[in-house]
Order: sequence, then C-alpha cells, then structure tokens
Amino acid sequence: MTIGLNGFLIVSAIVFVLGLYCVLTRRNAIGILMGVELILNSANINYLAFARYGGGSYDGQIFALFVIMLAAAEAVIGLAIVLGIYQTFHTIDVEATETLRG
Amino acid sequence: MHDLIEVNYLRWIPLLPLIGAVINGVPGVLIQKNWGKRAINAIAVTPVLLAFCISVYAFFQLLGQEPEKRYLLDHMWTWIDSGNLKANAAFAVDQLSGVMILIVTGVGGLIHIYSTGYMHDEKSYWRFFALLNLFTFSMLVLVMADNLLLMFVGWEGVGLCSYALIGFWYQTYENASAGSKAFIVNRIGDFGFAIGVFLIFWTMADAGHPTITFRDLAANISLIDGKTFLGVSVATFACLMLFVGATGKSAQIPLYVWLPDAMAGPTPVSALIHAATMVTAGVYMIGRMNFIFSMSPTALTVVAWTGALTALFAASIGLAQNDIKRVLAYSTVSQLGYMVLGMGVGAYAAGIFHLMTHAFFKACLFLGSGSVIHAMGGEQDMRKMGGLRKWMPYTYWTFLISTFAIAGIPPFSGFFSKDEILWKAFSSEHGSPLLWMVGFAAAGMTAFYMFRQVFMTFWGECRADHHTQEHLHESPPVMTYPLVVLAALATIAGIWGIPESLGGSNEIEHWLAPVFHAGGHGAEHHAAHGGIIEYALMAASVGVAALGIFLAYLMYEKKSLSPDTFTELAGGAPYRAIYNKYYVDEFYNAVFVNGLLVITRLCAAFDHYVIDFIVDGAAYVTRFVSWVNGLFDAYIIDGIVNRIADVTLGLGTRFRHLQTGSINGYLYVVVLGVVLVMVVRLV
Amino acid sequence: MSLTIPDLLFLAIAAFTVVSAAGVAFSRNIVYSAFSLMGTFMAAAALYVFLAADFVAVVQVLIYVGGVLILILFAVMLTHRIADVRVSNRSVGRLPALGICFVVGAMMLTAVMRGGWHQGELQPAGPTTAEIGNLFLTHYLLPFELASVVLLAALIGAVFLSRKELKDS
Repeated sequence: MTIGLNGFLIVSAIVFVLGLYCVLTRRNAIGILMGVELILNSANINYLAFARYGGGSYDGQIFALFVIMLAAAEAVIGLAIVLGIYQTFHTIDVEATETLRG
Repeated sequence: MHDLIEVNYLRWIPLLPLIGAVINGVPGVLIQKNWGKRAINAIAVTPVLLAFCISVYAFFQLLGQEPEKRYLLDHMWTWIDSGNLKANAAFAVDQLSGVMILIVTGVGGLIHIYSTGYMHDEKSYWRFFALLNLFTFSMLVLVMADNLLLMFVGWEGVGLCSYALIGFWYQTYENASAGSKAFIVNRIGDFGFAIGVFLIFWTMADAGHPTITFRDLAANISLIDGKTFLGVSVATFACLMLFVGATGKSAQIPLYVWLPDAMAGPTPVSALIHAATMVTAGVYMIGRMNFIFSMSPTALTVVAWTGALTALFAASIGLAQNDIKRVLAYSTVSQLGYMVLGMGVGAYAAGIFHLMTHAFFKACLFLGSGSVIHAMGGEQDMRKMGGLRKWMPYTYWTFLISTFAIAGIPPFSGFFSKDEILWKAFSSEHGSPLLWMVGFAAAGMTAFYMFRQVFMTFWGECRADHHTQEHLHESPPVMTYPLVVLAALATIAGIWGIPESLGGSNEIEHWLAPVFHAGGHGAEHHAAHGGIIEYALMAASVGVAALGIFLAYLMYEKKSLSPDTFTELAGGAPYRAIYNKYYVDEFYNAVFVNGLLVITRLCAAFDHYVIDFIVDGAAYVTRFVSWVNGLFDAYIIDGIVNRIADVTLGLGTRFRHLQTGSINGYLYVVVLGVVLVMVVRLV
Repeated sequence: MSLTIPDLLFLAIAAFTVVSAAGVAFSRNIVYSAFSLMGTFMAAAALYVFLAADFVAVVQVLIYVGGVLILILFAVMLTHRIADVRVSNRSVGRLPALGICFVVGAMMLTAVMRGGWHQGELQPAGPTTAEIGNLFLTHYLLPFELASVVLLAALIGAVFLSRKELKDS
C-alpha cells in the first residue's frame, strides 16, 4: 500500500482537529463529550498505525485497548454527571452552569 | 615532756555553778515565788562553795606531786576533730590555773554570800544569781581550759555575763548602754584575740605540728621561729593580736573605757567581775601564753609600756573623781596596768601574785563601798559622805586595811606584790628604769587618791542630809563577814611572795616557775643579785606612798592644804582634763561611734538613692521597653499581618474573576495551554 | 498515480471518517451529531482492520458503538426535550476556536510531514487475539488488573451519582 503511515497520521490529525473544534464550540455538554470521543479515537488510530508500521510489536494495540476501555469508563461517569446537571439546572447548556463563578 | 595525771573530778568545778545557773535561771521565777529567796540563795551559793572545796582538793593534789609532774587533766570528750584541728573539752589544772581557780571560787564564793544581803530587796533576785553563777562557770572554763579554743569559749562567756550583769537594771537607759558599751569594746578585743589564735594555729600547722593545746604549744612553740606574717615575725604579730584581746578584757589603753561605765551595775558585780576575776582574764592569758610572748621582745615592750602608761593615766584620772565607785574603777584600771607591766617585763609570777593580792583587797574595797552605798540609801557621791566610821566600824576597818594594801604599805600584801613588779620593771632584761619611774609615779598617785577616798568617806564631819543620817547603819553580818575574810587575806597574802632580799623564799614565784620557765629564769637571775638597789627602790616606793597619804591627810582631813592649789594649777586646765577623764570617751564617741553612724547613714542613703534608684529605674525601663514593644507589635507586626491579609484579599478579589464558571472558557484555556506547549516544543 | 485497490479503499474509508467527524462537529442537531459519531466509530473500526488490528476493531465496534454510543443516545434522550429546539447545538465563539484548530492542525500536519518516521518491516497481517491475550497476562498484567479496578470505580461512581439523582427526582 502506497499510502502508508502518513495517510493514517493525516486522517488521525484531521479527526483530532475536528474533535477539538467540537470541544471548544459546543454549548451542549454531551456535544463536548462527543468531541472528547473523537479525540480519543484519533489517538487510537495513531497508536495502531505506529504499531503496524513501527516494527510489528503489539504494544500499540494493547494501548489502544486500554484507551477504549478508559474512554468507556469516562463516558459513563461523564454522562452520569450530565444527567445530574440536568436534574439541577433542567438544561444541559454549559453556559447555564455558572453558579461557581467568582 | 612533763607527765600528767588523769583525773575526772575537775569537771565539777565549773559544772556545779553551771547547774546552779540553770536551775536558778530557767524556773527561777517560780522557785522564788514558791520557796522564796532563801531557796535561790541555797541553789546559788552552795555550788560555788563546793567548787571551792574541790579546787582546794585539786590544789593539795598538786602540792603532793613533784614540780615537774604538777598537771591534772580531766578529759571530758573530744570536742572538735576536723582535719588538722583537734580541740578537746578538757580541763587542766597546773600550778597557774590552780591559783586561779582558788581565787575565782574563793573570792567568788565570798561575793555570792555578800550578794544575798546586798541584793535583798531586788525583785529579779533569781536572775541576778543565775547570771552570777553563769559567770562563775564561764570564768572557770576560761582558766581551766586546756586549749585556746575552749579558753575562748570561756572568754566570750564572761564577756556575755558581764554585759548581762552590768546592764542588770536595764530598765534605765544608762545602765543598758553601759552594758552594751562593755560588750562592744570587749568584742573589739576579742577580734584581736581570735586573729592571734588563728595565726598561731595556722603557723603551727604550716610547720607540721598543728595544735592549740597549751601543753603542746609550750613544748613545740619554737617551730614558729623565723616565720613571718605580712613582713612581721609570727611571734610578734600573734602576741600583739593576743594582747589586743587582753587590753579589751583587762581594760588597758585604748580599750579601758568600758570599765568606769560598768559601775552602773550592782556593786557585787563590780567586785566580782571588775576587781577579782574577769578583768584578770587578760593577765592570765598572757601568763598562760608566756612561752610565745618570751619569743618576741617587741611584743613584750609594747605590753610593758601599755601597762605602765595605763597605770599612770588611770591613776591621774582617779585623783579628781567624786563617785566612790568611780575612784575604785579607775584604781582597778591602774592596778591592772601594774599587772600587765609585770607581764611585759617578763615577771610573770609577779604579775600573777599582784593579781591575787589585788583580788583580795579590791574585792574588799568594792564590797565595802557597797556597804557604804547601802547604808547611805543609794548615795554614791563622796562629797555627801563623811565620818561614817562612827556608824560602820567593820566596813571602816576592812576598808582601811585594804587601802593600806593597795597603797603598798608593808606589811600588807599589796606592798610585796607591787614592789616585786616595780623591782622587776627596773631590773629585768625587758624592763628599764624609765618604766620603773612611771610605775613609781603611779604608786604615789594611788596612795593619794585612795586615802583621799578614805578621808572623804569615813573621817571628818558627816555631810549627808539629816534624813540619810537617821538611817545610817552597819550592814548585816552576811555582808560584813566576807569583808572581814577578805581584809584578813589582804593582810597576810603577802607571806607567799616575800622576796629573798627580805629574807623570804618567794614561794609563789617558785610555785609558778615551771609554768614560766622561759621568763622565770631571767627574773630569778636578777633577784639574787638585787642588793642595794633593790632596797633603795623598795624604800622609795614606800616613801612615795607615805607622801601621798600625807598629802591626802593635809588636804582632806586637816584641811590645811586646799585642793584648790592643785585644781587652779596652770589655769585649771590640767584639773579639768583629768576631771573629764581626758575627754577620751568624747573623743571615741566623736570619731568611732559617730564615724560609724556617718558610714551607716551613707550606706542608707546609698541604698535609698542608688540601689532603689536602680531597681525602680529598672522597673521604669522595663515598662518603657514594653510600651515600645507594644507599639511595635501594634503597628509593625500587626501591620505586616494586616498587610498580608489585605494583599491576599486583593489578590483574591482580582483572581476570582478567573472563575468564570463557564466550562467553555475553561476548555479554551486548557487547549490554549496545550497549544502553547506544542508551539514551544516545535519551535 | 499508482493507486492500488487497497489505497482507494483506504481513501474511501478515510473520507467517510472525516465526513462523519465533520458531521459531529458541525451538526446543529445533537441527535444528528450522535449518529455521525456512530459513523465515525464504524469507519475507525474499518481503519483498524486496515492496520491489521482485528481484535481492536471488533472491540471498538462492541464497546464504542454498542456501549458508549448507546449511552450517549440515552443521555441525549433523557436530557433533551426533542421538541425543544432552543437548547441545542448552537456553537459559541466559532472564530477563536477555528483559529486554534487551524493552528493545531497546521502544527500536527507539519509534524507528520516532516516526521522522518522510522518505519520497520511490515509483518504479514494475521490474527492478533492470541498474542494480545498473551501480552495481557504476562507483560501487561498489572495494568490489566488496574484497569479492572478503574472500571469498578467507574461502575460504583456511576451508580452512586445516578442513585442520588433518581432519589431527588
């Protein structure tokens, strides 16, 4: 395959940037979480690309599995918190949660 | 080394009077209340008489021994045994102390008996006798001690008792201060005595033979030969210090001033303490320590001249006194001067002999004057007396005999003892004709003023007022019997000291010789070759005494010679000088007493202004410092703390705006940070 | 241009990934974003297959699509009144975000291009499960166990958080 490593890295970079955009601009809490998922996925792609093209060791794949697992855990907690916020503020607009302002 | 005999009965000689003192002293008030004064008498007089009997026994025991072996030692217990210093509570009787204990207990006993009559009307009867017994105890400890420390205990004890007895009627201010004066002046002497003792012990310890027992010291005293202290030979220094103690106790110049004032005490006290016993302690001490005095001719010269000058000086004051007891007081000082003079020329035995005869006649004179005062209802001024021989024959005759004795008229005892001293003053290797002349002049004066006293008191018309004359009476037997005994002794005591030049064997000198072997030899040496000079001097002294008597007769009995010739002499100044005792007391008062008061006031002022100032000042400074500290704390420390708080608050106020609460904002910042790091790394 | 079939296939999947991700980022409707996210996950799994990580791809589908996505959809449903348009996907501060994204993107692309990546030999693609299993139980035992602890913690935490909410409501 002539695309090789660079292709995967570019794809992962684009996904990362899109995820970053999501995190920075979304007003919806869940939207922000989705952006984080995107970033994690891009990282996974990177890991696996280097695992494949970096000499064939499986360390990258192990790492990717860990990332998936942690992402799942984090999504659970994050969504639980979001639900909590919804209970309190009756909205999940992050602009509304300003009670801790100085 | 001489042998000694160990006995165990000597302790009773001082202890019996001590027991009497304790019994009369502690529950005395009760005894007097319940059983009356007779009980006090019994408790007080018996021990002294018993002590006299034991003393006689001890004396006879001594007589029965060889001259070298005459030393009885009663060792009671080991008092001090610390390091180098060993002092025992032990009493020793040798030839010298044997004579002394006989005098103290004998004359003391007679005076005790006399006092039961004289003090009859006294309320604190028990206190008087308790003190009298205590005094007897102390004096006996003094003369019987076998070491310097125990002697010092007795030395201090007699000082204390004399203070208590002089100020017996302490309710009157003059009496109390007379007692204090005696004690304080004595104390000055005691200080010198103590230094002398320390120096002797120290030097002996340095030389390897630390001891303060008289026997040991006498045997080993040569060890201090050649040693010096502060540039002066130890022997001289120690002797001079010891002599300072003697001048205090025996009322020599310059510490005699207490004795005339001591007449404020009851007359028996004057008789016992100031005629017969305590004042002789100094003379006894010099005799006891003769071995060290003989090592220092310088000290002996000082002693001799002090004695001679005191004799003359005091006699001159006595010429003009009008109080019957004052005359006797100054004559005591004068006679003590003779004794000291005798010790100073190395005639130790002669000094002790005069001590003995003086005890007899002076005690008799004092007790006689007490008798007179008693009859006169308390009057002591001789100008108000006169012609008393009509009413008081016993008193008169005993007084007259004693006056002959003191004037030095043979065959009375005073002649032999005084003459012995004058002869030794002239002829001894330590004496000089000049010393003899001083003594000679004093003898003349003595005869004069003593007979002036006799004529003014017992002869001529009675100058007392009518009321007193009604009550004139002879004293009761309890008072006159002791007078008779003493007068008898004053007459015959000379027998023991008749010098060889008059055919006697001078027994007392031989008896005391083993104790004074250092000085005795010299004196004996000359005595044998006195010859014409001795007789001439003897005649001269008798002659000057007779002259004195004759002058007194002319002036006070026959009244053909007016005293004014002498009082007006040279404008009356010399008379005023001696009448006022040469203003010595005033001088001492101004210089020493007031000087001390000035120092006291200075110290008080120093304490008040300087020390209190420092203390109060310290307090002020502390308060000031704490005030400054307070300011510092309030403004600076609190200021810092407050400033920090303000800064924190300010910063907090400013920084809390970072907490926007906007999650988007936070995320922005996070990403920005990461981007920054990335940029930095890449670039 | 010597693009082989695999390359073309790769490009297609990569394009799909990017488009889905863009859909997540730019979609106004949160539900649309959620479904786009699903598409992204799927495409990523396909990419994993390309990288000879078959086990990881399957796990990706299972966990992400089958777990996380469902969770997100549940959350969206629970917190969002579908009829309510007001609280939605409106984005704020687009320009600064675009700026940052641009900067980051540029940096990353630069890094990729200028990388000088050291590439080793390409092993033949084969099943990886056995090997991963081995590694989990030998080299990576501790992280494996710790991971289970973490999951436990997440489980308990989630239960705790949601129990409280349920009680309140």
